[in-house]
Amino acid sequence: MTPIAELDGVEVDYPRGRALGPFDLTLAPGEIVALVGPSGCGKSTALRLLAGLEAPTRGSVRRASARGETSVVFQAPTLMPWASAVDNVALPLELAGEAKTTARQKAAVALQRVKLDGIDAAKPAQLSGGMAMRVSLARALVTNPRLLLLDEPFAALDEITRRALAEDVHQLWSQSKPAVVFVTHNVEEAAYMASRVVVMTRGPGRVAGETSIDGPLPRPHGFRTTAGFRDAAEAISTTLDAAMAAA
Amino acid sequence: MSRLRSILAPWVLAALLLAIWEAVCRVLAVPSFLLPPPSEIAVAAVQNLPLLVSSAWNTLAVAIIAWLAASLVAMSVALAVSVNRLAEDAVRPLAVMLQVTPIVAIAPLVNIWVGLEHPERGVILLAVVVAFFPIFSGALTGLKAADPDLERLFDLYGASRRQRLLRLRLPSAVPQILEGHKVAAGLAIVGAVVAEFVAGSGGAQGLGWRIMEASHRLQTARMLAALFVLAGMALALYALLQTGERIILRRWRGR
Repeated sequence: MTPIAELDGVEVDYPRGRALGPFDLTLAPGEIVALVGPSGCGKSTALRLLAGLEAPTRGSVRRASARGETSVVFQAPTLMPWASAVDNVALPLELAGEAKTTARQKAAVALQRVKLDGIDAAKPAQLSGGMAMRVSLARALVTNPRLLLLDEPFAALDEITRRALAEDVHQLWSQSKPAVVFVTHNVEEAAYMASRVVVMTRGPGRVAGETSIDGPLPRPHGFRTTAGFRDAAEAISTTLDAAMAAA
Repeated sequence: MSRLRSILAPWVLAALLLAIWEAVCRVLAVPSFLLPPPSEIAVAAVQNLPLLVSSAWNTLAVAIIAWLAASLVAMSVALAVSVNRLAEDAVRPLAVMLQVTPIVAIAPLVNIWVGLEHPERGVILLAVVVAFFPIFSGALTGLKAADPDLERLFDLYGASRRQRLLRLRLPSAVPQILEGHKVAAGLAIVGAVVAEFVAGSGGAQGLGWRIMEASHRLQTARMLAALFVLAGMALALYALLQTGERIILRRWRGR
């Protein structure tokens, strides 16, 4: 199967030093991959390379998805404070040239998909953190992307909201099955969300190891209490500890 | 209760200061040409009310015209410059130079350019010069301060320059643009008055002219009456713009 995206020996240098690499990642259509690693290891840089928002200093990036088929959700909801929820969600469609009415209709449907009813006209300041993140998710999904990049999207949320959103992301993923790259610091969150977890070394990040997570997606009720989940989380932790000790 | 107190506080302080002023003038028998008591200033204000009101209107009209013209020019320049780094590098030092040059120093030159027979044009132009910088600087700062992640999102979705400007940078800059306009309105009044001192006022004489005229005749009470009218007008304009800013920002933020 042709990969949806591929990072091949990429390195990214900034004036203050190397931020990433050499780093390799191949992403199959429809798979959910979590990137786990310490702060400053280059997880977000890898995500920006996949999004095409940045070019590598060395190495190559191959993407099968065209412009408009990739969506990003950032750590903060990154909504336009002056625009209503529906206008925020309609933005990618309108930038692509879609008529305002059609774009807003699709945006309203996308808001319903993320379980937000009756907040179409609300401004971001009127929403809770969890609701704002759902609007951000709706904006990412409104274009039906083939590649969805999530950059620590739940980092600023409380545990209950994180769990609810993690389940919702799986439900939404199951509707169109885009390839997903999910950046997180949280080992358990990575083991729950992804079918494959890539552990990165301390910066400049390289691949320290990979763990495949067995079990269906979306996760069944009680998945977090299964032996498979606990074993996977432990394996990821061990790889992470080894990577930290080696660095 | 605390809101009422905060509203009353400046009025009480002003009343107190006026009372002290009145008492000091009377007790020490300060000559009127040096410092008239507030009661004498009030009498002068009432006696000259029609003239002061028409002069205040002339100054206000000049300030509003200058403010609108400065807004048009400053916003256009800021928008043009915000999309081109080289243009910004070229324009910013000139704008700063214009700001730090004292208006009294360029007034004679402006008078010659607009024609000595049209001092009112010189007054407007000088007030525009004074009001230009806060609007330009506020707008440019705001246009360049959009959320970097939103900028990345616009990159990701292939937004055109025009879309980025109209849908991201301009709306992002609204708070700074409003703040710049608020500061510029006060400066436009200052500019109009100072320009009148230097350039004269032509047929339509404003408060600057009244202050100067009273000063030459040693009518200190009249001079201070004109000054109080000027301060009142500037305060009223500021309060109006402050309210407008609050309403617009409430709609902008949704709360």
